Amino acid sequence: MISLSQVCKRYPGGFEALKNITFGVEAGEMVFVTGHCGAGKSTLLNLIAAIEAPSSGTIIINGQNLGQLRPAAVPFLRRNFGLIFQDHKLLYDRSVFDNVLLPLEITGFERSEAAKRVRAALDKVGLLKREKAMPITLSGGEQQRLCIARAIVHRPSILLADEPTGNLDSAYASEIMEMFKSFNQVGVTVLISSHDEQLIERFSTRTLHLQHGELAP
Amino acid sequence: MNRYWCNLVAALHRLAATPVATLLTVSVMGIALSLPAGLYLSLSNLSLAAGNLNAEPQITLFLKLDAGKETTRQIELRLKDYPVVKTFRFVSRDQALKELSASGGLGDVTAGLTHNPLPDAFVINARENDPGLLEKLRTEAGQWAGVETAELDSSWARRLNALIALGKQITLIVAALLSFGLIAGTGNTIRLQILTRQEEIEVSKLIGATDRFIRLPFLYHGALQGLLGGVAGWAIIGISVHVLNNSVAQLASLYGSSFHLQHLAWSENFSLLGFSTLLGWLGAYLAVGHFLRHFHISHR
Repeated sequence: MISLSQVCKRYPGGFEALKNITFGVEAGEMVFVTGHCGAGKSTLLNLIAAIEAPSSGTIIINGQNLGQLRPAAVPFLRRNFGLIFQDHKLLYDRSVFDNVLLPLEITGFERSEAAKRVRAALDKVGLLKREKAMPITLSGGEQQRLCIARAIVHRPSILLADEPTGNLDSAYASEIMEMFKSFNQVGVTVLISSHDEQLIERFSTRTLHLQHGELAP
Repeated sequence: MNRYWCNLVAALHRLAATPVATLLTVSVMGIALSLPAGLYLSLSNLSLAAGNLNAEPQITLFLKLDAGKETTRQIELRLKDYPVVKTFRFVSRDQALKELSASGGLGDVTAGLTHNPLPDAFVINARENDPGLLEKLRTEAGQWAGVETAELDSSWARRLNALIALGKQITLIVAALLSFGLIAGTGNTIRLQILTRQEEIEVSKLIGATDRFIRLPFLYHGALQGLLGGVAGWAIIGISVHVLNNSVAQLASLYGSSFHLQHLAWSENFSLLGFSTLLGWLGAYLAVGHFLRHFHISHR
């Protein structure tokens, strides 16, 4: 599903964020990426989502080599992903419902079918009753769940979550993690970055450790 | 289809959300459009007013008052053989007086005449427009027996036509310059729109929006703004013609004419609206295109 081979990322100025990363994630797998701040977790997820391009090495998603992808094909690659951001990236000028609707608008869904899917996604994250609310009135945990609803509404095959529990207390954090586990149980490939080792230890899943841009054995 | 409709409604909402800014932009566009369109309309009215005048090269031979039928017949024969002459017609003095009384503004003058002061005349249309040949015909015919004078009388009409043609070229240049201005102006308002919606664009791109998807609402915004600008320009011209028409009618009546200003024809109105819409669309297209080429998703 996801396969990286000898991937390096060097930023202008010579800083090497990632060095010689090679790993694969099977379809339906759930994998954690851990490491300290600045270890390269976000960069790794950005490379996989084609938000940034690697300096060298190859990344293959769903059989597509990102290095050989035309720019016009990138939007269609991204539709395979559900992206969850640490800073949520919600749109504060529209309601909860319309935030979740956006991915379906982008893929050109028919309106009534889209509304059904939006409500189903909101129901899964427990925000169905808040569909008319504006995101600014939601708590931090609710905003994170809204971000998750937006990421799953178009039923992506891969979920990429960058520090999804970064700003949450531990009760909320494990609730969110349980949510990811339930998505994984229905066949979604999940890749989560987190620096919270204690939280990850409670889940017996495969974990990749990043240290100074390298995969620790 | 649904999506296009939604985008159109959303663009309308955005325009209505900032009424003052929209009004300012639209009136600037309207004024800019009304300038070349107004020039064009003035010129077409001017050529309409001058429309009854024959701009073809014409030579009139005025005969001596005592010229008899025989002299007239001889002149007629000569004209038939003359190579440059295309057609000619004989206007008798009675006929000339009738035409003069019927023509604009001079009816009152002729009514006061006790006898007909006009001579018989030949009106000649030449085959070619070459001033040299025409001048040659004029001097030659002027010396024929029975001819009092020969006049090349189309020159002022041709001058007017040349002036109108020049005016049309100036209109084209003004139109081209202002079109450029309108494209740039629309581009700028769209650029501001983009800046206020940058977050939305970034999120949309992150979750798989194509450039086309991002471009569409802005294109609608630009086109709609252009259309409203066109309507404003149309209104400015319409009101101006309406206001001026009273004065023009008054002036024309002093010359015994019933001339009044014409409004833009329907086809011209549609062209104006279509053109302004197109300019708005183009301005938006260029602005979004420029933005998308230089936009990269920010990352922490």
